[in-house]
Amino acid sequence: MRIKLEKRAEPSRVMLFATPIVAVILTMIIGAVLFDALGYDGQRTVKEIFFTPVLASYKWLDVAARAAPLIIIALGLSLGNQAKVWNIGAEGQYIVGALCGAIVAYFTQSATGSWVIIPMMLAGIAGGAAWAAIPALLKTKFNVNEVLTSLMLVYVALQVLSYIVTGPLKDPHGQNFPQTAPFTDAQLLPRAIGNIIPPGLLVAFILMLGFWLLVSRSVYGFEVRVVGAAPSAARYAGFDASSTVWSTMLISGGMAGLAGILEATSQLGQLNLGFPSGYGFTAIIVSFLGRLHPVGVFIAGIVLAITYVGGQVAQTVVHVPSASGGVFQALMLFLILAADILVRYRVRLVRGAA
Amino acid sequence: MENTARLELRDISKRFPGVLANDRVSLSVMPGEIHALLGENGAGKSTLVKMIYGISAPDSGQMFWNGEQVRIANPKAARKLGIGMVFQHFSLFEALTVLENIALGLDRKTSKRELEAEILSVLKTYGLKLDPQRVVSTLSVGERQRIEIVRALLLDPKLLIMDEPTSVLTPQEVGQLFETLRKLASQGCSILYISHKLHEIVDLCDTATILRGGKKIAICNPRKETSRSMAEMMIGANLKVIAKDATRKFGEIKFAVKNLSLAKVGDFGTALHDISFAVKAGEIFGIAGVAGNGQNELLKALGGETLAAQENAIAVDGSGLGKFGPTARRQMGLCAVPEERNGHAAVAEFSLCDNAVLTARNRMNMIKNGLIENQKSTEFSKKIISAFDVKAQGPNAVAGSLSGGNLQKYIMGREILQNPTVLVVSQPTWGVDAGAAAAIHQALVDLAASGSAIVIISQDLDELLTLCDTLAVINLGHLSKPSKVGAVSVEGIGLLMGGIHDVPEPLHAH
Repeated sequence: MRIKLEKRAEPSRVMLFATPIVAVILTMIIGAVLFDALGYDGQRTVKEIFFTPVLASYKWLDVAARAAPLIIIALGLSLGNQAKVWNIGAEGQYIVGALCGAIVAYFTQSATGSWVIIPMMLAGIAGGAAWAAIPALLKTKFNVNEVLTSLMLVYVALQVLSYIVTGPLKDPHGQNFPQTAPFTDAQLLPRAIGNIIPPGLLVAFILMLGFWLLVSRSVYGFEVRVVGAAPSAARYAGFDASSTVWSTMLISGGMAGLAGILEATSQLGQLNLGFPSGYGFTAIIVSFLGRLHPVGVFIAGIVLAITYVGGQVAQTVVHVPSASGGVFQALMLFLILAADILVRYRVRLVRGAA
Repeated sequence: MENTARLELRDISKRFPGVLANDRVSLSVMPGEIHALLGENGAGKSTLVKMIYGISAPDSGQMFWNGEQVRIANPKAARKLGIGMVFQHFSLFEALTVLENIALGLDRKTSKRELEAEILSVLKTYGLKLDPQRVVSTLSVGERQRIEIVRALLLDPKLLIMDEPTSVLTPQEVGQLFETLRKLASQGCSILYISHKLHEIVDLCDTATILRGGKKIAICNPRKETSRSMAEMMIGANLKVIAKDATRKFGEIKFAVKNLSLAKVGDFGTALHDISFAVKAGEIFGIAGVAGNGQNELLKALGGETLAAQENAIAVDGSGLGKFGPTARRQMGLCAVPEERNGHAAVAEFSLCDNAVLTARNRMNMIKNGLIENQKSTEFSKKIISAFDVKAQGPNAVAGSLSGGNLQKYIMGREILQNPTVLVVSQPTWGVDAGAAAAIHQALVDLAASGSAIVIISQDLDELLTLCDTLAVINLGHLSKPSKVGAVSVEGIGLLMGGIHDVPEPLHAH
């Protein structure tokens, strides 16, 4: 008996939907075994990470607040990923977006109208897009791999953040803490609208609908898909690959920047060194777990947000290390990519020797 | 011993998921016999020889070598028995010399000097010309094929399998190849010759086994058959004759290319030099040539994938569009179909419907406010499927699930139904079965009759001679002077294809 992989004539639609679920379930099983082997209660860890945030209603708002930036960033990344433009640096664009918003906030401290939110948001989008424009420029002008440049720029962004919150924008009344002055009331968004839904999640939902229309119906979405699937066919069809690199980089950067400033104004109320939380990296997992589809991304964003919240629960309840949430997230990405093979191939048991 | 077959196959079957590729095929090849294996694409020829050469194993059936039953586990075992194979696609390293390439493919270890001596003696025995020290990238396709042949001959084969060997050769190179093969056969080597070019088989082979749909249909003596009778056995139906109106007349010049030059791209690309020609309404203009002489570059330049330096280098109806991309050119009536179906002319992962959007979105009004109107693309897709008799599950079938011939019919249909003023196609029937090829040929003739100007770039000289009114040859990026079909001999075209040209050829700097 041996296992044989056979290519399917057409990719399986069932597997297209089933593999993300398979990946999540396998993540739980492997995670449980792994943490058991490490001397923790594996089953309990899985329960706290994946189920407690769902079952305990007082955790829902926390999950929703964390899902928002993940979804917004992943929507943009999915567009690029469809074109096989790999923006790995959303974390940096998220930081720069928030910084640019905070700079606007710094200069509008005296404003009292809540209109200031709008220029702050626009600055966030512009900042994220500008940060993503650097890899786009390097890619289109010098054919430099965007995976490397976008990733490296994350670390540059961290240094810029550190400089700004300890230098020019440091809170004069902050007892020398590395943080900006708190945003004024006019510059803040509510943590949750009507105490039910964080503003970011509402924005994420609207963006999801927009991206859905863009990807499934528009000529631009078609262009992105063709460029990703067959670059030669794209040129033949009259689509320009470098303009696709530019547009997908700017859109994904802009989305990350928007997520950053939304997070800053609705959840934190200021910027400090603790602002980067890895959402930009986790969004890559969200994008693939959601099968690059806007609706899938929305659901996957919530799943990953659960692991964020559950990771913290598990730390306090099962006393697993703080990195364990990350271990589960990484397992999930690995398994979703591995499970992809089931979409194109079927597994068969063959009798007899090889 | 002379009455024992060199190779005998009995009831060989091989099943792939969803298809019975070989269904109880029997075959026997005598020593010194040149045996043709004839069939359309997908008839099971390649599957069968792959089993003989040990690349795959039959599901059932027996194989005999010189009367003894054998099981050929892998190509190395096949070579040990004395079976050599020359593949349709060469496996050569462009940057290495002939000698190095041959050394790499050898099962045994030999010093370079001994090997070179062996190669030279093989070359001498068979009257082949090849310099072992030349770098492969500087060689013509015919010369590259000779490397593969020498590689096989070094093993002193008792059976040589040739898979579609002439598809890339000029008529003169084909002649040389046949001489070599006859010489080999006269010394007792059996040859299994795979082809779908019937006149070659009539010319060369002693026996022909005809396959259709994985089954052996007939065994015949090609010298007693006609090309036509064998073709009909091959496709299992009467061959359609292309209907061309004998009284057809050409209109005004629709398509003009003037002094089109392009620098070469990459190490193995071909530059285009000062290409000029004009095509009238109703005219079919053929461009012959051996692969790799600038056909792909020309197709891309005409279709707009690469832009020309001058606006007027390419003109439709007198208006220059050399600097426009594919989308604008299509809107002005110039459509193109590249040679490669998968990933160039079509996206294999996309539905047929989406593949219609790929090139027909503007001409067929599928776009409204930046959104694609699915209804329109589905309708157009259905229209192509029915008009061109495409065998597919419907407009939502994935393009990659269609057979090569059906996908090609779909692609050709997509462009022809847009009713272009000018249609440029490359290799319109490459790897397509005879039935589909006839349908595509007829559609091209009909499109010309309706007043379009058509350019066909092809390596298949028979195809060009059947369809075209005017013919030119491309060689090293130069286009020969066009001549009327009928006023030019096959030998003349062959010489042009081989590079005997009125244009002085620049020396290669290598």
